[in-house]
Amino acid sequence: MVARDALTDGAAARPWRHTAVRFGRPFLVTLVAGVLALAFLSPFLRSAMISLSTREQLGQANAPVWPADPAVFEYQGVAYDIYRVPVDGELRDLALFQPGRTSSIFIDPADPATPISWDGSWRALERSWSFTPTWSNYSDVWRLLDYPRVMFNTIALATIGTIGTVISCTLVAYGFARFRFPGRNALFTLLIATIFLPAAVTLIPTYTVFVKIGWVGSWLPILVPAFFANAYDVFLLRQYLLTIPPDLDEAAAIDGAGPFRILWSVILPQAWPAIVTVGIFSFVYTWNDYFGPLIYLSTRPDLQPISVALAHFNGLYSSNPALIQAGTLMTLVLPVIMFIIFQRFFMRGIALTGTGVEK
Amino acid sequence: MTANPLARRTRRSPLARREARWGYLFLSPWILGFLAFTLLPMIATLAFTFTNITLSQDEPLQFVGADNYRRLLGDPQMWRSLGVTMRFAILWLPTTIVAPFALALLLNARSLHGSRVFRILFFLPYVVPFVAGVFLWQSMLSNAGWVNAALGFIGISDTPDWLFDRDWIYPALVIIGIWGIGAGVVINMAGLQGIPGELYDAAQIDGAGWWGQLRHVTIPFMTPIIFYSLVLGVVEVMQYFLVPLVLKSGTGEPGGATLFYNLYLYKNFFTFQNMSYGATLAWFLFVITLAVTLVLFRTSRHWVYYAGER
Repeated sequence: MVARDALTDGAAARPWRHTAVRFGRPFLVTLVAGVLALAFLSPFLRSAMISLSTREQLGQANAPVWPADPAVFEYQGVAYDIYRVPVDGELRDLALFQPGRTSSIFIDPADPATPISWDGSWRALERSWSFTPTWSNYSDVWRLLDYPRVMFNTIALATIGTIGTVISCTLVAYGFARFRFPGRNALFTLLIATIFLPAAVTLIPTYTVFVKIGWVGSWLPILVPAFFANAYDVFLLRQYLLTIPPDLDEAAAIDGAGPFRILWSVILPQAWPAIVTVGIFSFVYTWNDYFGPLIYLSTRPDLQPISVALAHFNGLYSSNPALIQAGTLMTLVLPVIMFIIFQRFFMRGIALTGTGVEK
Repeated sequence: MTANPLARRTRRSPLARREARWGYLFLSPWILGFLAFTLLPMIATLAFTFTNITLSQDEPLQFVGADNYRRLLGDPQMWRSLGVTMRFAILWLPTTIVAPFALALLLNARSLHGSRVFRILFFLPYVVPFVAGVFLWQSMLSNAGWVNAALGFIGISDTPDWLFDRDWIYPALVIIGIWGIGAGVVINMAGLQGIPGELYDAAQIDGAGWWGQLRHVTIPFMTPIIFYSLVLGVVEVMQYFLVPLVLKSGTGEPGGATLFYNLYLYKNFFTFQNMSYGATLAWFLFVITLAVTLVLFRTSRHWVYYAGER
């Protein structure tokens, strides 16, 4: 496959005409992408800043974006506010010692013994701010959200859900990829069609049945369906299995190996990249799922995973944005780390389902 | 194989039957799941619409004919909610097609340095739990948030009250949605990379510039992906409600502007536990989605180009 550049008009292919822009364009394109990426990721930065602030810091006028307190200098038992004072063409952080209307006396915290007289209105000066992060917001959330228990629930749900998805989808994909039987194509079309089915059309009877058999208030309604395969992951695995040449499993079959044996010792060792992909997708999916836990675990806070717990937490502490943002970051940190470690699998899996299903 | 064709045919039948049995066996988890969690519930949803079933069932369960459908068509809130969903869809559908495509073009540009890193950065928000994403953006879009700060920085002082204004809430939801386009970008990039390079060379020889190549090579080759994104986008936007549910705690604020169709459905079956009316709303949603999807498939043969097809 040839990666083509659709954004340029082929400057590199015609260097004799475009020498002048050859160096400017990469810079410009990269700059645009960089600014966009910065804007895209700025919510993380803002959240981190807020999560380290106190409520008072967030209410301060003209405060910088980072967690900051107005800087003060203590001198002989008295606290003096520090301002950014222009002296001899440079800005210096000086403490206001004796304010005056047209001229004030400042002292340099580094050399408090020699006062500096400054002409001008001190009210026009900018305050100097010192970086004062409040790390305790995170420990507060840890306690208030009951983070260890919520994390246990989330990880347990995601792990069991992932095991169910990987096992069931591998079996079904193997069936579609390696066996011929009447109605195979029709069944496969039916499987793909379920991707386009609105969830609401199956939700209400399912929910009603789960209420009647007493599953609501337990993990079962979330976990059991995971063991019955889903269209996306079966599709992804089947596509991958089709790329594995059947020679080896045919040879194994001639040697007398049964289908399960072939799946275990011939297919799985070759298909592991796709299986890992399905595993991480399913783990992140269950981690992020909100609606299932919301309707099935609303009465059981002790069983809720982090998505539902965070939404509830937001309702309780909406007046304290620092806690909300600390909790938010504590919710997303694990999926983000997983993505950074496994990003290759994510990209390949998404590209495979996306460009395959459409055909 | 050395066996003659006649001998093979006679031996094939029991072997084929054995193979088929194994095939069905391996498919059985999905077949059972499909019956239990898709087909039967679908039929039950349809059946519910003709009854008065509720979770507590205070009145005796009975067949009520088309009562639920009469109520549905005469329900002003249903129409308002459908309108809310449509208003959002009109903004969202073009965005969900164009934004990932444009970003993929940018990230696929040969003159871009560090394309791999950018791809990772733009994909990253896709893995952020959506509840967390909503709270990040709730803060970004607040009056003191960075979006308005950025607008102020470029000289716009009359900044919108994104989350509390009946009209600005839709662009705000689109912004929150754009954050999750990472998967779309990756799919579009894969599509772009599958376009044969010779076509661009040929287009250049014909004198096509950047726009000409985009218009006559890139876009035609990308129509299958555009079509796929559009169909999936329609199905998703018709069901859209989770972001407003979390953002506004399901109140539909400001002034009912976020009382999306699916949120109304959710309230009916979950909050009011009225299963029969919830099912009617669900079935109506299904019919609308199906109709739109079928129309899209009908039109697709006029504008979707499959390279392998002849």
